Amino acid sequence: MEMFIDYLWVFIIGGLVCMIGEILIITTNITSARILVTFVLVGVFLEAVGVFDYISDFAGAGINVPIIGFGASLAKGAIGAVKSQGLLGIFTGGLTATAGGIAAAIIFAFIFALIFHSHTKK
Amino acid sequence: MKYDTVKFRHQPKIIGSYSIVGPKEGQGNFKDYFDYIMKNDLFGEKTFEKAERKMIETAITGAIQKSKLGMKDINLLVAGDLLNQIISSSYAARAFDFPYLGVYGACSTMAESIAVASTLVDGGYFENVVCCTASHFSTAERQYRFPLELGNQRPPASQWTVTGAGSCVISQKGKGPRVTMVTFGKVIDWGITDVNNMGAAMAPSCAQTMLSHFENTKTTPDDYDLIATGDLGKLGSEILIDLLEDNGIKLGLNYSDCGQMYFRRDQNTLCGASGCGCSATVFNSYIMKKLQDGQYKRVLFMPTGALLSTTATQQGESIPGVCHAIVIEAYEE
Amino acid sequence: MDIKERNKAYNKYVNAKIPKTRPWPTLFNSFWVGGLICLLGQGINDLILYLFPNISEGSAWAYTLIILIFIAALLTGIGVYDKIGRFAGGGTIVPITGFSNSITSPSVEFKSEGIVYGICVKMFTIAGPVIVFGVLSSALVGLIYYIIYLFA
Repeated sequence: MEMFIDYLWVFIIGGLVCMIGEILIITTNITSARILVTFVLVGVFLEAVGVFDYISDFAGAGINVPIIGFGASLAKGAIGAVKSQGLLGIFTGGLTATAGGIAAAIIFAFIFALIFHSHTKK
Repeated sequence: MKYDTVKFRHQPKIIGSYSIVGPKEGQGNFKDYFDYIMKNDLFGEKTFEKAERKMIETAITGAIQKSKLGMKDINLLVAGDLLNQIISSSYAARAFDFPYLGVYGACSTMAESIAVASTLVDGGYFENVVCCTASHFSTAERQYRFPLELGNQRPPASQWTVTGAGSCVISQKGKGPRVTMVTFGKVIDWGITDVNNMGAAMAPSCAQTMLSHFENTKTTPDDYDLIATGDLGKLGSEILIDLLEDNGIKLGLNYSDCGQMYFRRDQNTLCGASGCGCSATVFNSYIMKKLQDGQYKRVLFMPTGALLSTTATQQGESIPGVCHAIVIEAYEE
Repeated sequence: MDIKERNKAYNKYVNAKIPKTRPWPTLFNSFWVGGLICLLGQGINDLILYLFPNISEGSAWAYTLIILIFIAALLTGIGVYDKIGRFAGGGTIVPITGFSNSITSPSVEFKSEGIVYGICVKMFTIAGPVIVFGVLSSALVGLIYYIIYLFA
């Protein structure tokens, strides 16, 4: 039962975050690139002020799967690296923490681009 | 010369026309009128650009065949399309052994090519001239908008670029509907910056051309059996009706927009069709057939074009529109 | 009439006339599809932790995101993701899968221009700003924390 409630929260928080994105699209007609940028910045901000972990404990994938989580990892990486490496951390922290995601996106995009062709919309 | 309207003394004839469209267009409202419906958008080629080129070649060859002329009889090709440096037309022209003039008027290119060709033919300088324009959904989409596989939603005012090519042969002699008048349009920009709302960007230029056409020729909307604008779409044609009403001209039931009529309502094209293939394929199939049948005696054909590019848009420019009006009358001995 | 005023009036008139999407169906779709993608992520994460109990929570999350990115890239390649996206809007853009889609879709699209100038050059046409802004903002946060640590 407890697990069910956890999953319900994941669904609701995740859904709400996505819905906020859709509201932005409908009201301001912004493109998907801008949506992604906005949400990454939100994630960076939430992590920087230290709120993200509280939401994450509660919402799990609901806040980590949206690109907000990506922004939070960037900021978390930078903060952690600054703590351990000092000034160098400003440059290395963000990308180190998100290297997996970015590399995965590049690798899979490249492989699938070699395999598939684009399809005309119907 | 005072007026922007040209009246042709010899009235060049359209002696052959051909239209080729993609599968989605082949399910639309004009499906029974097209000469050829492709089974898929690649048309047996490797890329969509190559497919567009092949469509143009097919359309030109088809129109010449239907005009019962030989390739040798053709003096000139006037063609254009939507791609950068109008590559589809220029590259298609490699396949033919006659001179080539590339024209660009965005979605109004069909009107521009007919206007140029008719003027040249009427002046007696050329005997038979082929006009052709084409657009392809997938090539236009990637040049003007986003990759096809991107999971984005289309805004409600957006239109669907037609995959299709239309071609016609304009001649001094022969039987066929006559091009009697052309009103060349000015470039008009009323400050629309939303690239998803081409109809609103083009409507003022269409209204302007229509007003000066009616004034110069002393005609009214009732003098035409059909007034067909190119691809204003649902929103754009509503705006056009409003704009003309402000100037005291009422468009009646004989007015319709090719883009708005093109697709069925359940085909999810929002405000309708667009692209130079839109007006080109409707003109070279439906309108030409009705003129040949004698169902229409006099048609005012007004394709509209939005002269934007992604560079200009990203620099914050608004979208200029252009529209040329062509009067075509049924054949008379 | 002044051109600026005419354009302003025309824009106002057009905006009033522009067809509006009925917001509720799309909002609802973006909600449940987005929620479902997050739920899938949570499921994968919990499964990884269950199957490999030795793995750290951070690594499990990294694997989860990589798997989601893989799924989205595959769906993009076979031409399904754009259909879901048309239906769900924000529901498929905001999750990390949307990031993956925005990298894979131009890669597939511009394949026709070759591997270097097509796939590689165009790969980040949409997602580039995400990484640029992400790196810039995280560096800024790092700098702020660096200064804080200096004085703390």
